[in-house]
Amino acid sequence: MVQLENVTLVYENSGTTALEDLDLNIGRGEFAFLVGPSGSGKTSIIKLLTGELRATEGEVYVNGFDMVRIKRRKLPKMRRTIGVVFQDFRLIDKMTVYDNVAFAMRVVGASNKAIHERVPYVLELVGLQGYEDRRPEEMSGGEQQRVAIARALVNSPQMIIADEPTGNLDPVKSLEIMLLMEKINNLGTTVLVVTHERELVNAFSRRVIAIENGHVVSDGTVSYYGDEDE
Amino acid sequence: MNKLGYLIGQGFKGIRSHRFMAFASIAVILACLIIMGSASLLSYNVSNLIRQLEQENEIVAFVDENYTEAQARALQSKLESVDHVASVEFVSREQAMDTFMEDYDQTIMEGIDESVFRDRFIVHLDDISQMATVRTELEQVKGIAKVNAHIDYANSFISVRNVINIISLILVVVLIIISLFIMTNTIKLATVSRREEIAIMRMVGATNSFIRFPFVVEGIILGLIGGVLAWLAEWGLYDLIADRVMTSIAGSIVSVIPFSQISLQVLVVFVGVGILVGAFGGLNAIRNYLKV
Repeated sequence: MVQLENVTLVYENSGTTALEDLDLNIGRGEFAFLVGPSGSGKTSIIKLLTGELRATEGEVYVNGFDMVRIKRRKLPKMRRTIGVVFQDFRLIDKMTVYDNVAFAMRVVGASNKAIHERVPYVLELVGLQGYEDRRPEEMSGGEQQRVAIARALVNSPQMIIADEPTGNLDPVKSLEIMLLMEKINNLGTTVLVVTHERELVNAFSRRVIAIENGHVVSDGTVSYYGDEDE
Repeated sequence: MNKLGYLIGQGFKGIRSHRFMAFASIAVILACLIIMGSASLLSYNVSNLIRQLEQENEIVAFVDENYTEAQARALQSKLESVDHVASVEFVSREQAMDTFMEDYDQTIMEGIDESVFRDRFIVHLDDISQMATVRTELEQVKGIAKVNAHIDYANSFISVRNVINIISLILVVVLIIISLFIMTNTIKLATVSRREEIAIMRMVGATNSFIRFPFVVEGIILGLIGGVLAWLAEWGLYDLIADRVMTSIAGSIVSVIPFSQISLQVLVVFVGVGILVGAFGGLNAIRNYLKV
């Protein structure tokens, strides 16, 4: 599913080494947290997985795509195999909830019929039935993030990558979003959640991959992680 | 078909949801087309006017007094065979005298016999810059006694025409460059607010052509509307100015080409330029967002 081998990433502009000789494997159907302080390299890993950045050295494979040698025009096809959720939701404000989700299906050329069937199903899955005609600005942060998750899910991706999905939410809403992520994982989708919220991670007994200074410092199923400050 | 309809629909939607920017783009296209169009139409009219005036600059070739009218008329074909001669018109002594008497007070003509006039040919050229050579050649035709040609007039016409051509060419080129620059920037400005939207489209796996298409549709629609509006405005403006010119004193000397005679060409050019600039602007404006 995700395979990083001896990956080094050096930012060309600044010459900063973000990741150094990093190995990481996430199998099909897994649920993993990627944790670490700001600037540790979490976001760099995500960008390697979504094709926004290319590794300076090493091998990166995502859902069978070779992310080091992938052609730029193949990127859209690759991106359809993953669903990405962001801290700031990234919804289109002038579109309704329904359109925000349906939009992701239009992009891949789905038929109207498929869209009419799939969108209500996904909205129900994230607990937003009845919200179809609302606009993002009329909704709470937790609800907006659910829309974003529905959009990420709508094309049945093999993997969901969530980059600080609860960063803008209060603890209760955060827990609800994480429970939703777990539910999605139980339906068979691989889930990778990037976060630095310790309490949230500790509420789940899941695989935790800890990154620091561009290295994996610990990897395993732990119920409690980190004493160190961010 | 489903997809194409959706993408075209998105183009229209883009205009509706960014009304102010759509309005600004149309206004810019409109203004630039009117300025460019007015400059071109002005120079077209001026060169047309000069061409008319050039036509009036004629050469008069006088026939030897000893020739009879029949002999004189026989020279016509010889004159016509000279290079750059567009037309040759024979004027007999009698005709020349009649014209002269119409133009001047008849009393001074009393007692003057028509034999003081000479048979003559009025020669028009297709290119007045060749006036000097034509005069020399006409003078060499046997039976032609004298040739009157206003070469200095011809030369000043030529230099006026050249200057106007150069000025209008520079003006049109400069205006086209300025318009393209303003239009691309306006459309670019219109897309800044959609940066997010484009980033989201990329993230869910939209191909570049899928992202581009609605922007091009939008540009074409705006260009089309701008072109048609500019055409209507140009028509009104042109008629207004033409009317003023024709009813003023200048109207007795110059004639303005009626808009109806050139309206179709102007429409085609305006709409064509509008669509091209709109499509180009749409493509160019989002180019930078499609790189990642």
